[in-house]
Parts: sequence; structure tokens; C-alpha cells
Amino acid sequence: MIAVASAGGHWVQLRRLDPLFLEHDTYYVTTLEGAAKPDDGRAPMIIPDASRSEPLKLLLLWFRMLLLLVRLRPDVIVTTGAAPGLIAIQIGKILLRSHTIWIDSIANSETLSMSGKMASRFADLWVTQWPHLAETQPNLRYFGAVL
Amino acid sequence: MILLTVGTQLPFDRMVKTVDDWAVDEDRSDVMAQVGPSKYPTSRLNSFSFSNPADMRRLQEKSDLIIAHAGIGSIVTALELGKPIIVMPRDHERGEHRNGHQKATARRFQSVKGIHIAENEQELITLLRRIDTLIDAHPDATLSGVASDGLLDGLRDHLAGTFPAAA
Repeated sequence: MIAVASAGGHWVQLRRLDPLFLEHDTYYVTTLEGAAKPDDGRAPMIIPDASRSEPLKLLLLWFRMLLLLVRLRPDVIVTTGAAPGLIAIQIGKILLRSHTIWIDSIANSETLSMSGKMASRFADLWVTQWPHLAETQPNLRYFGAVL
Repeated sequence: MILLTVGTQLPFDRMVKTVDDWAVDEDRSDVMAQVGPSKYPTSRLNSFSFSNPADMRRLQEKSDLIIAHAGIGSIVTALELGKPIIVMPRDHERGEHRNGHQKATARRFQSVKGIHIAENEQELITLLRRIDTLIDAHPDATLSGVASDGLLDGLRDHLAGTFPAAA
């Protein structure tokens, strides 16, 4: 399993799912050196960050993510966003037939993020942390929040 | 020690200036400030643009109160550590973020004990002047370190259904 999120709030939310990740053979991936290592897990692997306003950085991130995923061949990819997570499930779904899970950030309480909307195309399981948002799309699921 | 943090991605000069003005007025030298790409030249804050996650976590642990933009990372970390937090959302209409999600986040968390929302600079100053009260009155309860059982079990059940042989 791969657990991927950009540094900051997305990573804080991802790490609250540690009990699930530690039940599997999980590699963590994030965008900043120095992210804390899970007690019983591996040190996070680092990839560059990018946003949609930085096309060259996005391209670099895309290739670095491709190399990482081809090497690890994950059965499952879980992400809480943002751009690195979207790219991971895109590559995972299309090229590697990985099972992909997108959990939209709890910050998006009124509408899904742009990457969250795009994620519906690549996510086998598409999850929001807000029950009222799950009612807006037939395949958008709600189980609870990271809090 | 008081810690101000506005995240690493975008400047938030309006907030940095307000906290710096307060620190000048009250002659406080114990305010650390992680200001990201903000440009405001602070005169009293001990400011730095950026710090690695481990050092940032140590500062958050050592602080008596956190002042932050309405970023989920800052709010959740304060809740996990049981620190009172003053939150001012970025205003996308002033170009402080790409959309209005920080205002929505502030509204969602405004009723949580220990989280104090400032809609603007005036409300931020008002809260800062009461900072000792906010620290003293803070509840001891902290947020557990993990996601809700509903979310964890939902994901577990989904995986078990998808990979029946592995379950």
C-alpha cells in the first residue's frame, strides 16, 4: 500500500489514518524532508511538490511519481491530496491497475476541491469527510472524518 | 511562548502585521512567527519563513498558544496537542487564497472549545489583548491522534470487500 499526501494539512490528515496503514505493508510518500516517521513504519519517501499554477514542477512531480510507483507497484494507493495524490492515483489507476482511494480534505466543507473533483475519474473509492457533500454525487462516499 | 503560523504556501501579511503591531504595543519578545512567503517587515516578532516539520512540531509543543491562518494542519495539530488556538481565515477576495475554503473551515470549527475565531484584524487584536485569559481558561481535553472509527472501519470494510483473499 502507498499512503501519499503533500506536506501540511493534507499530510496531518493522512497520518491520522495510521492505524489502517500499519495493518498493511505501507510506504509513506510526502513532499517535505523531516516529516515524522510512524513508530512502527518506514520513513516517508520524498517527492517534489507542485500546484496547478506551476506546469514545469507538475511535470517533474509526474515523472518522479511515475518512477516511484513503477518501482513499488502498489496494490492500493490512498491519498488525502493534493496534486501529488491526484497524480499518484492517475498513474496508479491507468498504468499499474492499482486500487485507488481518494479522501477529500476536511477543509472542503462546502464543495469538493478542484483536485477532489478530478479525482473521481481515477478513484475506485471516492470519499468526502462531509455527509452533506456525499448526497451531491451518487458515487461519492462518506464514512466519517479524520477528526 | 506564543507561536504564529501562516503555512508555507502563501503570504498572509495582513495577519503578520496585526500580530507584530500587538507584540510592539505589549512589548512581547516571546512570539515566534513562521511567516512563509509573507513580505511584511516585522519589528518585534521572531520571524522565519519556513521550518522543517519536526522543528515546527517542537515549537507547537512548546507554545502556550498558537495563532494561525485557518489551515487544517495548524488547527488539527493544536487540537491534538491540547493548545488554545486563535484562527484568522484568509480572504480569497483579497487574493490571500485561491478560494474561500478557509472561511468555511473557520465557521465549521468556531464552536469547538479552545478555538477562537477572528474574522478580521480588529477581532484578532481583541483576542490577542485577552491572550492570558485564553491560555488560563483552556480545557485540558485533547483530540485523540487518530481518525474516527467510522472512517477507519469504512476503509477497512471496503478493502476487505475488494481483496477478499487478503482479509
